[in-house]
Amino acid sequence: MHDIAQAASNFINLDIMNITYLFIVGFVGGLVSGFIGSGGAFVLTPAMMSLGVPGLVAVASNMCHKFPKALIGAIKRAKYGQVDVKLGIVLGISAEAGVLYGAHIQENIKKAFGDAGSNLYVSVAFVVILAVVGSFVLRDAWKTYKSGNTHEEEKITKLARWVQSINIPGTMVYFKSLNARISVLFTIPLGFATGMLAATIAVGGFIGVPSMIYVLGAPSLMASASELVIAFVMGLGGSFKYAMHGLVDIRLAMIILAGSLFGIQLGAIGTTYVKPFMIKVVMGVIMVIVLFSRGLMVPVYLSQLGLIQTLNEGTVKLLKNTSFAIMALALLLGAFIVLRAMWQGRRAEQKAAEEALGHVKA
Amino acid sequence: MSEHNKNVKKKPYGKMVFMGIISIALYATLLSKQDVLNDYFGRGGLYAILPIATAFLFSFIHGLFTGHFWTVMGIEAAKKKKEVR
Repeated sequence: MHDIAQAASNFINLDIMNITYLFIVGFVGGLVSGFIGSGGAFVLTPAMMSLGVPGLVAVASNMCHKFPKALIGAIKRAKYGQVDVKLGIVLGISAEAGVLYGAHIQENIKKAFGDAGSNLYVSVAFVVILAVVGSFVLRDAWKTYKSGNTHEEEKITKLARWVQSINIPGTMVYFKSLNARISVLFTIPLGFATGMLAATIAVGGFIGVPSMIYVLGAPSLMASASELVIAFVMGLGGSFKYAMHGLVDIRLAMIILAGSLFGIQLGAIGTTYVKPFMIKVVMGVIMVIVLFSRGLMVPVYLSQLGLIQTLNEGTVKLLKNTSFAIMALALLLGAFIVLRAMWQGRRAEQKAAEEALGHVKA
Repeated sequence: MSEHNKNVKKKPYGKMVFMGIISIALYATLLSKQDVLNDYFGRGGLYAILPIATAFLFSFIHGLFTGHFWTVMGIEAAKKKKEVR
């Protein structure tokens, strides 16, 4: 508790540079979140820490900006008919349990192996999960692109078809995004895993969105939009927990929110212009790049734990800086793909409108 | 006036400016009263309600402002709504 009180008293001084920096990072993070349902947090927390914010305060403040951002994003995307509120809430509840369990595991690892052990666990979780899920998502998007069927309805996977075919009496619920009744029992492990990942690497959506698409059979647009509901439920519970310990720096949270609300609205608008497989492209690209970023840090933590030869200070610094730069690149690239796809979509729409007007005049 | 021009929706300049002013006022208060806010918001326990309520308030006001901002900028959802399924 002493540490917590110390951390809370360690709220940094904010100057115009810090405010601008947080606003911009918030904007880019929000843009990506509005599009794929999550993301941004993995850059925001280290970005705050780079300003001297203690780790716990950074995590808490990030979470306190995440739930209002997700709320606004979900409302915006609900207007486009993309949100399955029921699925989001059902998954959100088990995700909350996952967050609590994930945080508990983190605490135990920290107690047993210290900060380096905890960081190693986080990085390995990043690398393994992003390698498996990220490459799968990206491969699927690539296959759709190569087949030239980008306009066609997304096909649901065999696994999702199986899940939708199982009838467990008393547990069946209809979800509009799936246009089917499924047993809520299937949602529990998925939500739990989403929450655990959120507690570990801060981005639960990297499991939440692909599991809604590939395991339950939701279309990409609805999965990414419903993830915002999960993020809201998880973020609200998590923020309250951290705020009870006085760890939320409201100034940081609200400044990031200022930028991210511009971004999330733009990202949400962007989804109405793009083909659904673009959600998978952006998500897959970010996941695979972030994987390399975290992979670079593994030797640092291994050396801190004495499991490999000790690295010299210069190498550690180089690896840390490169890792952060790659992570920022992943987010910027994601934002670039979103803006580009949106730009192209808008141009195509304007062209079609002009042509239609030309026909009417003729 | 052509039929096309009649159908163009009026942009919400007034609403954007109004919400923008409230939003700026909220942020000005946040930054000018940092010490007092940090003191109360960092106390923990039941004071946890303060950051949560603040987050809701800011998201509501600033969310409306940013929504109107993009509309005024001419950036809106695709006219032809995509069929998600």
